[in-house]
Parts: sequence; C-alpha cells; structure tokens
Amino acid sequence: MIRAATSTGKYVSLVIASIVMLLPLGLILFGSFKTSQEFLSTGPMTPPSDWGNIENYVTAFTRGNMLQAFGNTVFIFGAAIVGTILIGAATAYALDRFRFAGRATVLGLFLLATLVPGVTTQVATFQIINGLGLYDSRFALILLFMGTDIISIYIFLQFIRAIPKSLDEAAMIEGAGHLRIFFQIILPNLKPAIATVVIIKGIAIYNEFYLPFLYLPSKDLRPISTTLFDFKGPYGSQWEIISAGVVITIIPILVLFLFLQRYIYNGFTSGATK
Amino acid sequence: MTTAPSGLDDPATAAAQQSDAVRTPRKPRGGAGRGTAWYRRLTPYYFLLIPVGLLLLLTFAPVLNMFWYSATDWDGLDKTKNVVGFDNYVEVFTDPDNVRVFYVSLYYFVASFVQMAIALYFATILSFNTRFRNLWKGILFFPYLINGVAIGLIFLNFLKPGGGIDTILMAAGLENLIQQWTGDPDVANFSLAGVSVWRYMGLNFVMFLGAIQSINAQVYEASELDGANRWHQFRYIILPSIRPIIGLSLILAISGALSVFEVPFVMTGGANGTETFVIRTVWMAFNRNMVGLASAMAVVLLLIVLIVTWIQRKVIPEEEVDLT
Repeated sequence: MIRAATSTGKYVSLVIASIVMLLPLGLILFGSFKTSQEFLSTGPMTPPSDWGNIENYVTAFTRGNMLQAFGNTVFIFGAAIVGTILIGAATAYALDRFRFAGRATVLGLFLLATLVPGVTTQVATFQIINGLGLYDSRFALILLFMGTDIISIYIFLQFIRAIPKSLDEAAMIEGAGHLRIFFQIILPNLKPAIATVVIIKGIAIYNEFYLPFLYLPSKDLRPISTTLFDFKGPYGSQWEIISAGVVITIIPILVLFLFLQRYIYNGFTSGATK
Repeated sequence: MTTAPSGLDDPATAAAQQSDAVRTPRKPRGGAGRGTAWYRRLTPYYFLLIPVGLLLLLTFAPVLNMFWYSATDWDGLDKTKNVVGFDNYVEVFTDPDNVRVFYVSLYYFVASFVQMAIALYFATILSFNTRFRNLWKGILFFPYLINGVAIGLIFLNFLKPGGGIDTILMAAGLENLIQQWTGDPDVANFSLAGVSVWRYMGLNFVMFLGAIQSINAQVYEASELDGANRWHQFRYIILPSIRPIIGLSLILAISGALSVFEVPFVMTGGANGTETFVIRTVWMAFNRNMVGLASAMAVVLLLIVLIVTWIQRKVIPEEEVDLT
C-alpha cells in the first residue's frame, strides 16, 4: 500500500518536473509558427493556427544573418577542436610518458589553472588579445578556446594511462621517432578521449556567449550565440521572429543529443569530475 | 690513449655498462649513437612548448597583470599607469553599487542548494526501477545543453506580462500572485535565480545519477535482507557514497553564483537590481574604461573562489568511500 503510494508520488513528481522543463520550450515553439498578429491576439498557450507557417523561420534565417553565424561557429569550432586535441594529447604524452626536470611544476601549473575561473581574468586577457592584434578576429576565440581548456587536458591524461607502454616501446624498437609514435600510436588510441572532448567542447563552443561578445563586435564575424542576442534589438517586440531564431538555435543541439545521448552523459560526468 | 674508449679507464663502470647491456640488450635508445641522447632528453619539452606557452600567456599572465592593474588607475588605453595602492579595493568594498553585486550572488547561491536538492531527489528515484527512465532523464538534462542566450529569450517570453506563467496563474484563479517577474526589483532576482535552477539542475542530476549507479547492486540487496527501507538505503548507502560529488557541486555552486552572467545579461541587462559581479566588471572595464577598478573586482572574485576551493579540499577530503 505504502509502496503503491510512493510509486504514484514518484511518477507525479516526474510528470510535474517534465512539464516545468518542457513548457517554456513548448511556448517558444508555438510562438515561432504564429503570424505577428496572431502572436498578439492569442494567448501563449494557444497552439498556432497554421503549423506550416514558416515565414518567421525564413525571416530569422535571412535577415537575422543566421546562416553566416552557423558558418562562423563551424569555422571557430573546427579550428579550435583540432588545436585542443593536439594540445591536450601532446601535454598528456609528455607528462605521462616522460620523466623530466620540471614535470611536477608543469603538472602543478595545470592544476592551479583549473582553479582560475575564465570569466574573472578577461579584463586582463583582453589586453593580451588586443596586444596580439587579434581583437575582432575569429582567431582570438580559436586561441582562447584551445589555449585555456584544462579540462580536455585532464581527460587526455586519464585516457593515455590506459594505453599500454609496450605499444610505444615496440614502435621505438622498429625505429620510430617520438613524433611518429605520437601521431601513429598515441593519437589513434586516444579516440575515445577525442570523442569525449569533441562532444563537450563542441557544445561549449556552440553555447559560448561571453567570449564572442567581448572579442567579436563585427556583425559578419559573429557566431550563433551573439547573432541570436542581436535579435533582441531590431526584433525587440516581434516575439514570433525571436521565437523562430531560438528554435533554429536549439535544433542542432537537440539532434546531437538524440543521437549521442550516451556519449553526452558520459562526457559531462567525466568532464565535471576530473 | 688515442684509441682507447674512455670507459676502459674505470673497470667498474665498464663492467656495469656491460652487464646493463646484457640485461637489456635492446634498450630502445634510438640507433643513431650519442647525438640523440641530449635531443631525447629535450623531447618532452618540445611537446610541452606550445601547451605551456599558451597556459602562461592566456591564464597566468592575465592573472599577474590583473593584480598589477588593480593597484593602478589605468583606463585601458593610457601609456602610463598611476599607482594608487589599495584605493580600488577600498572602492570595491565601499561603493554601494559594488557591494550590491555580492548580495545579488547570494540569490544564486541559495538557489543552487534548491537545485542540488531537486537533482538529488530525481537522481535517487531514477536510480531505482522506473518506467521510461531514459525519457525522464533526457527531459531533465536537456535544458543544460541549450545556449544561454536562447534560455534568456525563452524565459523573457515565458515571464513577460501576459506570458506563460501569467496565463497559468490566471487559469488557476491565482491572479493576485501575478508579478512583474523581471521588472520588479523585489522579484527579479528570484525569477532569474529560478531560471538558473531550471538551466543547471540537469547537470547536477546526471552527475549524482552517475555516482549513485556506480554503487554495487549487491549492497542494496544485502540491505534489503537486513530490512532496510528506501529511506534507510538513501540515508546510509546513497548519501555517503556520493559525498565527494556533492562536495564538488558545492564549490561549483559558489564559484558559479559569483560568475553568473549570461541569463541576467540577456534578460534584464543588469537593470532592476539584478546586476551581477561579472556584468558589473564587464561594464566597468569595457564601457567605463575603469580597468584598474574592474581588475580589483576580478581579483576579489578570484580570491574568493580560491579560498572556497581550499576550504572545500580541507573539509571534504577526496577519499574513496568503501561500502563493503
């Protein structure tokens, strides 16, 4: 009897939580299919009269500059992820496979860096990026994404330990140099770590707002998050167009989530606890 | 002397070298002779050159510069920086507008406890047999993956006068509860902290769930034989084994509460008493060109985070909990 009551309570709480999670998203979806007049005259809970009305999506995409924004995001992501993987794997390779003077210092520096929240230092980082002549360049973001990602380095360090040293040694006997060992043995064996880093980093870069907001003021260089933020200005009162922009932003993440659920859960739990 | 190998001068070393060579006949020390020995020792440094260079350039140099800027009145452009000592720090703690941002972060800090409690509840019930488990898990976690700007806009739409929340209250006959959700300074911080719970609960939930699921199923079975009910299992099995992850969430909660930026920036721009630490620092540094003062703010934030982390490491040691 008590078991049955707690079981019902459990499902009731799950249903309520799901409604709380999904309702704000659902109302945005409703709004994105409404005409401008319909949006003002009907309540937010009323479904759109015509689910085929894609007018707002067309406006968001073309006048809201979203295509270019996706291009910029992909460009920044592509360059930053290659850099992150090479940097993370190279650091892990040096720290795990070699014993050298200064190793403990380097490890300590990386550990210390995890304690420095990125948002606090941007006041001073800005001066450095500006000094390098990278202000208002997409390379500012690429450099920051690949150069300040300590979490990825830790993920690579965790995974490289699992690669047997005998593999490196066998290759060395065959006469392979360290560069060849790194590219032909270490990197291919780090595939699971690379997959994890690509997923977490990909989502982080896609969602990042603070850095592009600070470093990329030019309209044609903006990635997706700052482009969406722009919708607030010119479309300030046209909520149906803003809604369409929001839905367009969410769709790629939703698709990714549906296909890669398991990897995403694993990635975030390992990324957060390491 | 001319042809004798130097090793022969000392028979002991020679013997040692020889026996070494016998023991490990194929010591993989490259094939090209002596020239590679010092090169080999440099190898790890080559691999670390760029990673450590970027670490110093983009993390440590800014931190050090920040301390230096915070003692000056620099505007970010001027060639000269006048040293003003601790004046900026005095201003951080005395100007009411600056002090208020600490106060605002308390809303988010308290909210993060609510968030952890909700996450712990759902992680616990979903760790037992539940129908459609993956569906619930997905729904609870997905908001965490959404772009912060999109979340800000979603909730502006949801909380605006006549929006989703007002419609629900009206339908339930609770018109008198309707507020200016983001416009009233008495309410706005609660609304924004609520949005933050909505956004981040999923991450806590998935982390807790992962920790709970790594508990050996036999422990539950044994406890059931001993007559333990669900509450006992939660109190004596689940809670102790996820203590390290709760400790970690706690530091993340404190540094997170102090570094809130996106959602209030998108939703109110910091108006109506919702200005957070980061919004104010950004505004100071980049709109008012008060780099010195902004650096002092950032240094204070950094020190708070470091102290909290240090306390957490002392109070909650990261030992493995062994239940068996």
